[in-house]
Amino acid sequence: MSDAYIKGASGDDWEMVIGLEVHAQIRSEAKLFSKAPTAFGALPNSQVSLVDAAMPGMLPVLNRFCVEQGVRAGLGLHGRINLVSVFERKNYFYPDLPQGYQISQYLHPLVSGGEVVIRPEGGEEMTVRIERLHLEQDAGKSMHETGDVSLVDLNRSGIALMEIVSHPDMRSPAQAQAYVRELRLLLRYLAVCDGNMEEGSLRADVNLSMRRPGEDLGTRCEIKNLNSIRFIGQAIEFEAARQVELLEAGESIKQETRLFDIHTGETRSMRSKEEAHDYRYFPDPDLPPLCLTQEWVDSIESNLPELPQDKRTRLIRQYKLDPYDADVLTANRDNADFFEQVAQGRDAKLVANWVTGDFFAALNKSKQSINESKITPESLGELLDLVAKGDISGRIAKEVFVIMFESGTPPNKIIEEKNWKQISDINALEKYVDDVIAANPDKVEQARSKPQLIGWFIAQVLKASKNQANPKIVSELFQKKLNS
Amino acid sequence: MSEITQWSLHRLREALRKKEVSAVEVARAHVDAVGKAGALNAVTTPTPERAIEMAEQSDKRLAGGEGGALEGIPLGVKDMFCTEGVASTACSNILEGFTPPYESDVTERLWQAGACLLGKLNCDEFAMGSSTETGSSGAVCNPWRGNGDARLTAGGSSGGSAAAVAARLMPVSLGTDTGGSVRQPAAFTGTVGLKPSYGRCSRYGIISYASSLDQAGILARSVTDSAILLGTIAGHDSRDSTSADIEVPDYESELKGGISKMRVGIPKEYSVDGMPGEIDDLWKQAAGWLEEQGAEIIEVSLPHTRHALPAYYIIAPAEASSNLARYDGIQYGKRAKANGVDELYGRTRAEGFGVEVKRRILMGSYVLSAGYYDAYYLKAQRVRALVARDFDNVFEKVDVLLAPTTPSAAFALGEKTDDVLALYLGDIFTVPVNLAGLPAISVPAKLNGEGLPLGMQLIGRRFDEATLLRAAKAVEDSAGFDAVPQAWWSP
Repeated sequence: MSDAYIKGASGDDWEMVIGLEVHAQIRSEAKLFSKAPTAFGALPNSQVSLVDAAMPGMLPVLNRFCVEQGVRAGLGLHGRINLVSVFERKNYFYPDLPQGYQISQYLHPLVSGGEVVIRPEGGEEMTVRIERLHLEQDAGKSMHETGDVSLVDLNRSGIALMEIVSHPDMRSPAQAQAYVRELRLLLRYLAVCDGNMEEGSLRADVNLSMRRPGEDLGTRCEIKNLNSIRFIGQAIEFEAARQVELLEAGESIKQETRLFDIHTGETRSMRSKEEAHDYRYFPDPDLPPLCLTQEWVDSIESNLPELPQDKRTRLIRQYKLDPYDADVLTANRDNADFFEQVAQGRDAKLVANWVTGDFFAALNKSKQSINESKITPESLGELLDLVAKGDISGRIAKEVFVIMFESGTPPNKIIEEKNWKQISDINALEKYVDDVIAANPDKVEQARSKPQLIGWFIAQVLKASKNQANPKIVSELFQKKLNS
Repeated sequence: MSEITQWSLHRLREALRKKEVSAVEVARAHVDAVGKAGALNAVTTPTPERAIEMAEQSDKRLAGGEGGALEGIPLGVKDMFCTEGVASTACSNILEGFTPPYESDVTERLWQAGACLLGKLNCDEFAMGSSTETGSSGAVCNPWRGNGDARLTAGGSSGGSAAAVAARLMPVSLGTDTGGSVRQPAAFTGTVGLKPSYGRCSRYGIISYASSLDQAGILARSVTDSAILLGTIAGHDSRDSTSADIEVPDYESELKGGISKMRVGIPKEYSVDGMPGEIDDLWKQAAGWLEEQGAEIIEVSLPHTRHALPAYYIIAPAEASSNLARYDGIQYGKRAKANGVDELYGRTRAEGFGVEVKRRILMGSYVLSAGYYDAYYLKAQRVRALVARDFDNVFEKVDVLLAPTTPSAAFALGEKTDDVLALYLGDIFTVPVNLAGLPAISVPAKLNGEGLPLGMQLIGRRFDEATLLRAAKAVEDSAGFDAVPQAWWSP
């Protein structure tokens, strides 16, 4: 782990202590306490119910679907589902918070405990412990226009969030990034959050403190609202350096909330501990405690999909994949499903090479997801079967694939249209071979003493046949004829 | 004064069904009465046109034989209820001009049953008060003056609702009861005041004061009328998570059957120092009435009663401080001129809220603050649980409890404005009921020596309004209270 330490100007080693609070928007058509829709990118204030706008006398009604998603996430994190949890009010004034309080869970969250296994880039596999997962509402969005005008969009107001709080178990930006990646993957597998960080569906607050190795925890700062994995890394690096500089100069760290400026890559103070709100949490009297039955939780658990970590292990075992391919394939549930569909009854290693190689490259280039592609598991499987049967060569297959990717035409049809079917008919091939031999008596003579010249002969036949000749049979024919 | 305005809801209903009168005639008589009663200041927003219009619709339905349970009955509702298209301000400047585009569940049930809206009724600002003096519309004057001619409080916070029913401006009205705000005004005005169990009626569309205590309530001139109205406004509403999904009995038919063998508890802790002898005497007399009708009288103890009032004045302001945070000048209601958002909040709320509301927001914010939460809010919640347990214990032995509604009769307007504690202490007999979520009713029992009404309170098991109403009917029958205030306000 020593490579995770950073060195101060003094030459001392410093260790980062990092914990994350991730806010994940629950994939739900309606909000946490109202029936208003949640689609991203709608016209401002077009998805606001009377409850979201906190009109007088309006009351929150808990969305059962959102609770179910929270339970799914909790089970996926291997946490403990609390059969009784309590919604509380977090009171503060802000123009995009129409109620004057956020309904959240505080003393009694929906989920306690849990863990996420991560594989940081260039590091060892490790476990990050989860402290809790709770449900809460999102606030609206303030837009500060030029002049003295501010606008408020309440479309987000009341949208269901899961706040997932980790223990301070991470020691490097790479670990924090791997944690968010793995958590996002888990939530996507469970289909409880779309994980689109650029749309704000997943945001992270980073808590960071520095200490000399072996020392007690230092004072932490919280960096709010990071909405990309790259920014998480940059913010931690900047903040760690800032804190070390202060500590080595003999100054102390002020506990405070900081903001990350994506333009400068720096963090700056938002408010100090003294300025921190007294949120006056208390149980929301509009909402009775949330009581679940074990049977309901069990039924949710029995319907969980295979989780990424389990899928990865299984792919390695079942298909003899190497860990790298397994990682690449499980990084997206649809990719893994695609792979498995093609791999049924075929050479899994070959399928993995095709999927992670040509196919992913083409997807990347065209910025498509696997489900948007015209290539289906059936069509790719068909292509591979044609190679296996000897109907086409591997080289032709790659060309066929390019056309399939562009047009969605079935491989059979492409081969037929292009007349690319490999020639394996021995009589037809013999004619090509005889022609080459007849046209090049000098080379035939040389070949008697230089057997490696056979490659040149094969190339002539492939050229003449427009790559359709079966190279294996052609080679056999030359071996026979040139040596006789 | 038209004779029609003297009629009870029950009698009006019969007359309308038999077409002895039309709904429009009934509405006109009450609209006139409201128009002439400005001196009482009971109605903050009269809606005469709407009343007549709704009555015309009622007449059509009555003619077609398809009238609802309250077809053609005119009534008013406290300004705490949101009424679509009619200003709903909780009698607060901060909601000045606020006209909701939605209807509260309870009032929606009224209109669906055929009732006609006469107007919005005056109350204490955000229902915070016991004298209806703190609202933006000013003080309500009690129709009762007793032997003197001083202007008296009609009680609060539903003072407008009580005064309007007592003064025959309407047969029934709606109030809200968070700590006694229906029962105490009923006692002060010689009317029946019913607070249903917490969860019996939906709070959807009622402007929140203290969510865990608020409940819609009824002011009427008879127990029967309150039973009829309860049957209409009670019922589950999926828009209120605290509304109870249980069956609503036919309260009117459940009134029959008498109280033979009913066990009536007399909680000894409700006998407090300084209570006038006439109230104590009335209490004993009322117990006697019930005993004569076959009930068994049992002395019981509710040992935590004396802690209920302080617990209430922690919990209610705590919830209020949060419930009223939405009145910030951003989206609706009043917005003060200011530079910057912090100043906007400060000025809007400084100008928009009255002194009592500010006092409760401050108290509530204080008891929820870091470092004080455990000592105040949490402890008050423990007291609340003990108060509720006291009731659970006695309701194993008795079916209803009998106690005074208030420790005094109506007092003069302005008398307790500067003595807030004295005003708060007046809620001593009503507050425990709200903490425990129980149903309770105040029944007018007699006039005191000064010619002012006194009420007796009955408290029932949670959701057992049927038994409660039967006991209340027994008190009403024996009391035979038929006094009517002199219509001094009517020109």
